Amino acid sequence: MPETALATPPEETAQPPARSPRTVRLEPTRGFSRVLSPKELWSYRDLAVQIAMRDITLRYRQTALGAAWAILQPIAFMAVFSIIFGRFAGVGSDGLPYALFALAGLVPWAFFASTLQLGSESLVMYTELVSKIYFPRIFMPFGILVAGLVDLAVSTFLLIVIVLIYGIVPGVEVLMVPVLILIAAAAALGITSALSAINVKFRDVRYIVPFSVQLWLFLTPIVYPTSVLSQPWQTISAINPMVGVVEGFRWALLDTGSAPWDLIGISALSATVLLIAGLAYFDRVERTFADII
Amino acid sequence: MSQVAIEAHELGKSFKLGMGKRGYGTLREALVGGIQQRAAKLTRRGSQKEETDWLWALKDISFAIENGEAIGLIGHNGAGKSTLLKIFSRIIEPSTGYADVTGRVGSLLEVGTGFHPELTGRENVFLNGAILGMRRAEIRSRFDEIVAFADIERFLDTPVKRYSSGMSVRLAFAVAAHLEPEILLVDEVLAVGDAAFQRRSLAKMNDVAKEGSTVVFVSHNLATIQALCTRGILLERGQVIADGPVQETVNMYLRSLERAANQDLLERTDRDRRGWKESLIRRVKVQDVVSGEDDVVVGGRPAKIVIEVTEVLPLMDCQLTVSNSLGHPVMTLDSTLPSPDDVRDESLGPRLECDLAALSLIPGRYRVDLVLRGNREIQDGLQAAAFFDVEPGVIDGRPIPPSGLDGDVMLPHVWRMPG
Repeated sequence: MPETALATPPEETAQPPARSPRTVRLEPTRGFSRVLSPKELWSYRDLAVQIAMRDITLRYRQTALGAAWAILQPIAFMAVFSIIFGRFAGVGSDGLPYALFALAGLVPWAFFASTLQLGSESLVMYTELVSKIYFPRIFMPFGILVAGLVDLAVSTFLLIVIVLIYGIVPGVEVLMVPVLILIAAAAALGITSALSAINVKFRDVRYIVPFSVQLWLFLTPIVYPTSVLSQPWQTISAINPMVGVVEGFRWALLDTGSAPWDLIGISALSATVLLIAGLAYFDRVERTFADII
Repeated sequence: MSQVAIEAHELGKSFKLGMGKRGYGTLREALVGGIQQRAAKLTRRGSQKEETDWLWALKDISFAIENGEAIGLIGHNGAGKSTLLKIFSRIIEPSTGYADVTGRVGSLLEVGTGFHPELTGRENVFLNGAILGMRRAEIRSRFDEIVAFADIERFLDTPVKRYSSGMSVRLAFAVAAHLEPEILLVDEVLAVGDAAFQRRSLAKMNDVAKEGSTVVFVSHNLATIQALCTRGILLERGQVIADGPVQETVNMYLRSLERAANQDLLERTDRDRRGWKESLIRRVKVQDVVSGEDDVVVGGRPAKIVIEVTEVLPLMDCQLTVSNSLGHPVMTLDSTLPSPDDVRDESLGPRLECDLAALSLIPGRYRVDLVLRGNREIQDGLQAAAFFDVEPGVIDGRPIPPSGLDGDVMLPHVWRMPG
């Protein structure tokens, strides 16, 4: 036996199984899936968590009302819209109290709009990080999305409380709310990652986004019901992913009866396309961010 | 186990010219440009004009860095040192070739990069640690150490914006110091800012190198490069022109600097990239006030450094470093640290002057590097803008020692001796 012991190469016993260094090849890349590879994202997961935490923390830091703003903003809009559209213009609300009708649309909308606005600035706001250190940049718009989702969870909960106060008790449809949120999140992440990437090169995005979001608000059935459109258009309008989400929210929470499955289905499809297209674009241009930001 | 930490193979990096770093490039420009290109393609098919629009910041860079080596990247401004470092740290992609990097990479960055002023000290430790590449568990296990090192226990839950600058620097450095990279990349240009931070960064680099990690260091300060690094790689116009023991490479660089100084300064391309270039350094000379001769000064005589510039801008300032023939900085003359005797005088014309009551340097050849400021911005910067010789002289009647084995400066002084 001692002979075999001697035959063992000494380094095998002496070397502890230290972290095996991973060789990374840095080379010009083309096409897709450079950084959006799951392995790469996973290896940076701790940073993703920290960035999301930062965005959640920062949202209401040094505000007196804090997370209450998540619901106060939609409520303020609701008040204005109720007076202008509900009272003066006499816009219909499918037989629901107009205020509630508007609020159910405004809650998911506020999430969508703020994600677009903050997310499109997420890279250019931290130029020094992008130009000085490497990490998967998708974490920047993603962090904004996560912070928005936290907001949305709070405001949806408060929305349900308000709905109950109105004496409406939602049925099992309420279980669809997470699915609807997922659709809104997919669409928002797709659009916001594309916008944040374009913003790196063209700061025009900064000026285009706020007014586009305003316009989009009126293209979405928030102040009016989808039923104002005649039929083929009603279904077609759901290409705007927020149509399915907003109408879905009303159905799920306000006990309106028949489910708008066609709208939700088309919007889900549209959101998926937006997500894939947005991420693909981001992936393609990410490698040039530090060169041009 | 691989012995090579970084292997560069025919690395190249090209930048598109025209859209400079400050040009945002508006959507309109892109649209108009796109249409023009299409139109040009239609009229004269396939005219390939594109290649002239590319600048090769790096070309055919090949070398291998062994585990545990400390490498200094040396070269003029714009030689490609920082670009190379950015490729190694994955911030930018090479245009050609590849680099294999084995091991965990860490960078020392400017104070508080990634610090968010609204977040508390505690939150920033975790955020910054993650940005620098630490695992969450790792940060948590060293958290107490980091806080103790930074000495900010009482302010852990105070937003960093209320910290004094000293406190932020301490905290930023504490986080960086607890990073344990296998490969440490440091660009002094990126790490500028606080002098204290810089000093500590260098100490940290020294420790890291001694612990057997690989260090790649970019600096203009040849003295620190020589102190920290064993091997030097000299870059010129994006290419490796020397690679060897640090002393030899530094000497080569010093000789190339001297050649550059003989060139017309306005024609030099190795300007500080940060410069806005509204005003350029036209000429720098060191004048012996007694003899009136340029660039030859007798030690101990009053001297005048004249910096001629192309344009007069509001609030012009100059930061100037004099280094000896080994590349060690000897002194800094900085007008941004004002004295009540300084004068701003419009009738001076496009020039800055610095009067020295006595140039108390020992004989030898000295180099002047300078940074020109104006309009609250860096305008121009040149290494080796001038060389001057100091001849043997006297200060207050006392002869200046002829050789600089023990320092380069002799200050006016008076002895008192018993008997």
